[in-house]
Amino acid sequence: MIHLYDYVLSGNCYKVRLFLSIIGKEYEERAVDYYPGGEHRTPAFLELNPLGQIPVLTDGAVTLRDAQAILVYLAGKYDAGRSWYPEDPETQGAIAMWLSFAGGELMNSSAARLHDMLFYDFDIDKVRAAAHAAFRVLDDHLTDREIDHGDWIVGDNPTIADIACFPYVALGGDGGISLDDYHAIRRWMSRIKAIPGFTIMPGIHAT
Amino acid sequence: MAKTNDPVALNDWQAIGNLDEIQSGKRRNTRLLGQEIIVEMDGDRPHVFEANAAGGMGREHPAQILYGHIWTTLGKPEKPPLDMPEFLEDKRRLVSCGAVTVRASALRIVENFLDMSHFPYVHTGVLGEEPITEVNDYKSEIRQPDDELWATECSFFQPQAAMSAEDGQVSEYMYRVSSPFVTVLYKTCPAVEGAWDLVGIFVQPRDEAVCDVHTFMLVLDDLSTYTDLVHFQHKIFLQDRSILENQLPKGLPLSVGEETAVKADGSSMLYRRWLRQKGLKFGTWQGDRDSQAA
Repeated sequence: MIHLYDYVLSGNCYKVRLFLSIIGKEYEERAVDYYPGGEHRTPAFLELNPLGQIPVLTDGAVTLRDAQAILVYLAGKYDAGRSWYPEDPETQGAIAMWLSFAGGELMNSSAARLHDMLFYDFDIDKVRAAAHAAFRVLDDHLTDREIDHGDWIVGDNPTIADIACFPYVALGGDGGISLDDYHAIRRWMSRIKAIPGFTIMPGIHAT
Repeated sequence: MAKTNDPVALNDWQAIGNLDEIQSGKRRNTRLLGQEIIVEMDGDRPHVFEANAAGGMGREHPAQILYGHIWTTLGKPEKPPLDMPEFLEDKRRLVSCGAVTVRASALRIVENFLDMSHFPYVHTGVLGEEPITEVNDYKSEIRQPDDELWATECSFFQPQAAMSAEDGQVSEYMYRVSSPFVTVLYKTCPAVEGAWDLVGIFVQPRDEAVCDVHTFMLVLDDLSTYTDLVHFQHKIFLQDRSILENQLPKGLPLSVGEETAVKADGSSMLYRRWLRQKGLKFGTWQGDRDSQAA
């Protein structure tokens, strides 16, 4: 059985919940008292993930940290059609590029949200500006894709690159980052919300 | 903005943090009614100071611990914080869910808390579900001598009314607003027949249109883990947050006719009238002034 160490307000945990829902894979939740309890900094949790971050996923003997790594594993192991993480190196390279972006530049949106919502100590102007810069890069890319009749970040189908990038873009408003100027992003978000099995989290609405 | 000069807001007790957030010997900076304040724990005694211009400790204000939270006032309150005798019942579990900042008037938070009509749309599958969207008749009144707003005989069909609920149930509710920024609801306990669970929010108004919301639950539930209870409450409250932040005007209009009322808004209309009669200004919509607050 898959176990997901999870916090309901975490966008990174939501990446995994969303993907498990879309591929219809059952799992058991292990609720982590991230806020206000700070359970991710306890010795017991650090044994599971020395970086003190959520999510963590276990599946039999496998223990994985990092939402992007978990998506790669789940898509490879449980998506029989291999459409979410295709096997050709060209597509895999392109997906890896956007997975890295999701775990890197887009995390500025997460920082703004943690600052505005849960009292984290970030330079709010700096992280908001960096989040806007990242949103602009994604919006330009999605505009180019639309010109080429592409609906998704990579290839002709949704992939784990879309799943990884979606949450902290959709949660931008929580950190005071308006999506008003990102038209291609907003159209792409509507397409993601129409994927069968799509599921919401607090701050992300169904339509 | 600077500290408000609204006497109604000043002359009241406000919760400014839960006990888990501040350890003895440590200080915490926060903000109340436009004023920077410093909270310090000396053993188990809280002290609250205004921060002076240099960031040092200025004038000290009264402080006390109640219901797992630190309370203070920047004025001269006419009545103590609300009385909740349920906190003395030893079978109950207190779950302090921590504070969440919302860019909205504290009054908007309380009004939303009183509103059952949004359950099926905002808390879909948990506190409500279409097509059952009708709010049944209920009573709302101001109770003296405590000058508290109560809405009673409220009921709503809920798919998952609480962490301990396995199936849908018709939940009965009572809402209580003891002061403009302090409210608690009493709700059918799924685990114990005839008992109420308490869910409360102590809203700390930082500025006119920014507040910290301190949420707690006081429940009869032996089965759920503490973390499951916190996550349940976070899910509910954060479903509201983005909607609250987008409400305009930022301040709550108190004058009749500013926003259209329907029957389901009975407690909301009474809340606004009650605030108007108190003469509260802080966090309300004052026409042009609101454009600055927003």
